[in-house]
Amino acid sequence: MKIYGVAFLAACYLIGQVIGKYIGIALGIGGNVGGVGIAMILLVMVNDRFYKKTSLNVETQAGVIFWSNMYIPVIVAMSSILNVKVALSNGWVAIFSGILATSCCYLLIPLISKWLQLNLKESTK
Amino acid sequence: MVAVEFERIHKMIVVEVLDEIFIKNGLIVSFLIVGIMLFLANWISKNIFYKRIPGVAIAILAALVMAYFGGDKGISNHSFFSGMALLGGAMFRDFTIVATAMGANLSELRKTGLPGIISLFIGVIVTFFVGGSIGYVMGYTDPVSFTTIGAGACTYIVGPITGAAIGASSDLIAISVAAGVVKTIFVTIITPLVAKKIGLDNPSTAMIFGGMIGTTSGVAAGLAATDPKLVPYGALTATFYTGIGVLICPSVFYLLMIYLL
Repeated sequence: MKIYGVAFLAACYLIGQVIGKYIGIALGIGGNVGGVGIAMILLVMVNDRFYKKTSLNVETQAGVIFWSNMYIPVIVAMSSILNVKVALSNGWVAIFSGILATSCCYLLIPLISKWLQLNLKESTK
Repeated sequence: MVAVEFERIHKMIVVEVLDEIFIKNGLIVSFLIVGIMLFLANWISKNIFYKRIPGVAIAILAALVMAYFGGDKGISNHSFFSGMALLGGAMFRDFTIVATAMGANLSELRKTGLPGIISLFIGVIVTFFVGGSIGYVMGYTDPVSFTTIGAGACTYIVGPITGAAIGASSDLIAISVAAGVVKTIFVTIITPLVAKKIGLDNPSTAMIFGGMIGTTSGVAAGLAATDPKLVPYGALTATFYTGIGVLICPSVFYLLMIYLL
């Protein structure tokens, strides 16, 4: 049944949220640190384990895949509720620092990607 | 007499019934709106741009324009669009991003695990110092301003948390939030355009991209418009970025700034 997949996804999500919150408290931040990432790792690991044994039931998978496809509409809705007016009206400092700092990261991505992957390959050899 | 009666019926049908139904069923209305938006965007992509600009990118851009005509919560400030706040809110965003992990490959994630973590730190450091330096050049020269603006350049969550922790003024916090939102919008629009040039076409680079850029919303939206298959990889590292930023901006970086400035 599809609901099994949705429930499984919900379990991963909630476990991630709880662990993320505890990490946040432990670090003294209070917020949620990496809860989504932890949930994703959990989902991938359980899914991988199932694949090796019998593979997750097709219907169960469909329950997760539906929500994974809903992700694009959610992103569109999310874009429509950003505070775009404030972003553009808070002066050039915000616009310049936001854009230039990010641009530097974009320029560094090819270099770092190459450097990190090269180092990794050497260390595994 | 007829006019008055007509007005009464009109009011009953349009204002009371429709308003009530659309506002009560905000989430369902948002499914309809987003569905129509994506349908139109895909049509425009296919027939006007010959798929050179992805439909998702057009839909996101349209959504950003809509957000401009809204208020502090974008278009959802209008009651008809109130459901967008739920559909596009943190709960559905995080839930669906977790679901995308279904398409991720464990060995691929393992392969880029360490580079992903390193890229997180490089991303936060570079963004903080470049962002803060631009504030410095533009007249915000004290340690609190430098740290708050630099943190805001990381994400719009790191900015206000850092600012509040080190006692920044509300103006400064507003600037840092704005810098973070500018970043999210910029990443959303620019990612599909530069993806090829920065080699963003494989899971490994997507993970490093997520770590370097960090704004989960921007990374997720940018990758969706580039190649939806890469979303889980970029999103996975990006979700740790804000946590690391919040951890080191008000502590290590702030102390460093007091020492330097």
